[in-house]
Amino acid sequence: MKSTTRRDFLKMMGMTGAACLACAAPLSASTGPAGESETAIAMLYDATKCVGCKACMAACKRVNMEQNNLSYEYLPTDGDKLWDAPKDLSGDTRTVIKLYKESDTRFSYVKHSCMHCTKPGCVSACPVKAMTKDPVTGVVAYNKNACIGCRYCQVACPYNIPRFQWDKALPQIVKCDFCKDTNLKAKGMPACSETCPAGAIAFGKRTDLLAEAHNRIKENPDRYIPKVYGEKEVGGANHLYLAAFPFQKLGLPELKEESPAAFSEHIQHTIYKGFIAPVALYGTLAAIALRNKKKQEDLGHGEDD
Amino acid sequence: MGSHHDEYQVQPGKILTRPFFILLFFVLVGLALIAYRFFAGVGAVTGLSDGYPWGIWIAYDVATGTAFACGGYALALLIYIMNRWKYHPLIRSAILTSVFGYCLAGFSVMVDLGRYWNAYGFFMPSRWQGNSVMFEVALCVMSYSTVLIIEFLPAVLYTLEHSKWKWVRESSHWLYARLIPDTDALRNGLTNVSKAAGHLQVRLDKVLIFFIVLGITLPSMHQSSLGSMMIIAGEKLSPLWQTGFLPLLFLINCIFIGYSTVMFESILSSFGFKRAYEVHELSGIARIVPWVAGLWMAIRFGDLIWRNQIPTILTFDKNALFFLLEVLLIGGGAFMMLSRKNRLSPRLLFLSGALLMLGGGLYRFNVYLIGFNPGEGWSYFPSVAEFLITVGIIAIEILGYLTLVKIFPVMPNPKKHFAEEGEEMVEETAGQVAPGGVYAGK
Ligand code: SF4
Ligand code: SF4
Repeated sequence: MKSTTRRDFLKMMGMTGAACLACAAPLSASTGPAGESETAIAMLYDATKCVGCKACMAACKRVNMEQNNLSYEYLPTDGDKLWDAPKDLSGDTRTVIKLYKESDTRFSYVKHSCMHCTKPGCVSACPVKAMTKDPVTGVVAYNKNACIGCRYCQVACPYNIPRFQWDKALPQIVKCDFCKDTNLKAKGMPACSETCPAGAIAFGKRTDLLAEAHNRIKENPDRYIPKVYGEKEVGGANHLYLAAFPFQKLGLPELKEESPAAFSEHIQHTIYKGFIAPVALYGTLAAIALRNKKKQEDLGHGEDD
Repeated sequence: MGSHHDEYQVQPGKILTRPFFILLFFVLVGLALIAYRFFAGVGAVTGLSDGYPWGIWIAYDVATGTAFACGGYALALLIYIMNRWKYHPLIRSAILTSVFGYCLAGFSVMVDLGRYWNAYGFFMPSRWQGNSVMFEVALCVMSYSTVLIIEFLPAVLYTLEHSKWKWVRESSHWLYARLIPDTDALRNGLTNVSKAAGHLQVRLDKVLIFFIVLGITLPSMHQSSLGSMMIIAGEKLSPLWQTGFLPLLFLINCIFIGYSTVMFESILSSFGFKRAYEVHELSGIARIVPWVAGLWMAIRFGDLIWRNQIPTILTFDKNALFFLLEVLLIGGGAFMMLSRKNRLSPRLLFLSGALLMLGGGLYRFNVYLIGFNPGEGWSYFPSVAEFLITVGIIAIEILGYLTLVKIFPVMPNPKKHFAEEGEEMVEETAGQVAPGGVYAGK
């Protein structure tokens, strides 16, 4: 969709009145097509601006350490334990900066963290509502007090985002929640985006950021590949990416637009709608079994049955 | 089930045999490692990672193990719904296997769960998440385990009612001076237990059929859902297995696996206990198997063709080879049972049962593990400890089965049912196997 038509659309929405928008918001936030929620908050990471200083990683861990029971990850060569040096997302790390090197002169950093999907697999999978999506902000958050540690969310996430604390006796799942209870609450934005010295992590309303992303591509077509990652992947996400290289090279998977979570729910709902099918199955089977049992008794085999 | 009690008999023999102690050894090793897991974390005993969050505990113990435990379900379908009562004598041993399969799958899950202390959330409606396939599977499996135990109760009650309580009396004799001052009270107490058991038995018999039907409904629900469970894995699961037909394929798969386990287990335990083979009943069951497996194959291949995945098979990569193995094992096992002559051979009944269990089990294993690829840089192979824990759990199943058949009337009573089945015998088997069956061992 072109950003101009989007703005027209927004204007129109404004005219129909804020009250109306407020009423429709919770609904559209969870069911809107391709993540076009009007109230969702989002993050736009521009890989071409990132300088790889990892200040965001440090800030993320500092701010969320306690709540997530995180530890520092030292290299074996770092005897003095000076540097936190996680290789990847882990049970101790919610966001990570990686380097993709195409040649000695051409390279790109990339930041990995939760995509805050519009139709999140983790939320759909979790049996005990430990993963939830806020219907207004669209933030996908984790509640360790409900989590049973089944790790179905890990199976269900197309980006392999949720991580488990494999080495702890009392483990939990660890993933980005836009600093929902920490920095976002205290300072109005996630710690990474607040800290970034290069302005690579923009934070705001999804609709605005999406328009901004398309604008950047339009104004600098040589700088970017013409795609906003997270706009449509498995139904869209609230974490958007711009980059100079194809996203698969940066370790972001190539995904279809359909959401497996939505498909799974569709099948499950078809089978179990209103619990009619199971009850009908039970009723039918009971009728048949009772009739057969009676027949068998009449044959004289079930005297003492 | 039912109080047709002379259909069944207690297997004579000592409980503390050599296999008992060998199995016990594996059980203890498994339990020790499980204890270690609770101190050191799941990572310390497994080869799991964030890319492969589920390993053999889920792929084997839960996804495959519960299918092996579907004998009770598949037989109940045949007896109560298809009205084939001649298979009734086989059902108790099948139910007993199911009890162990399901309860231990639940136990494995508790070992696997990272935050097991929160598992009570399944009983709090405020935490129920209806969209979650796992939620449905968990509730169904818990209810079905309970139903299975109820279905097995008649055997327990019968024993309680008719027990002479010899071992209680003997040990009370030994303890006499120390602990139990009043033998009369004990004797009265025991008589009361027996009476109560008899009482309960009559009541239970009246309502049992409703539990039996529940015992057919619940597996139909959760076995199909075990298939639905991996749909959400999307493109992480190879297109050879990822399909909207997963629930249907899992459901049919567990039915033919169920019959195969009945064949396999019946021949094996007849051989082990030196009893007559139940060839009559088994050949009848074996006749159904190729049709169920054939239906499964038809849907499997129809789906692959429809989704244009035949070229994927022809790449002969790792996934394709496992796919071919799965299809060959199932096809081979089912094909064997098309011939009437083969269905009367205990050896081939056993072989076919084993092949179908292996192939059907491999299908589930493929869906949960081998066909699952979270992306570059991840790999999984079970660690020794992880493997030994699964072995320990299988050992508990076998040990429990061997012990309980010697305490409760579970095995078919050969005298009773062969005499009774005489006139009902399927035409094809009549006259070919003498009543009394073929005897195992020398
Ligand atoms: S990226 Fe993964 S963890 Fe994050 S919301 Fe989407 S499915 Fe959930
Ligand atoms: S591990 Fe926790 S958050 Fe993830 S699906 Fe299981 S219960 Fe939900």
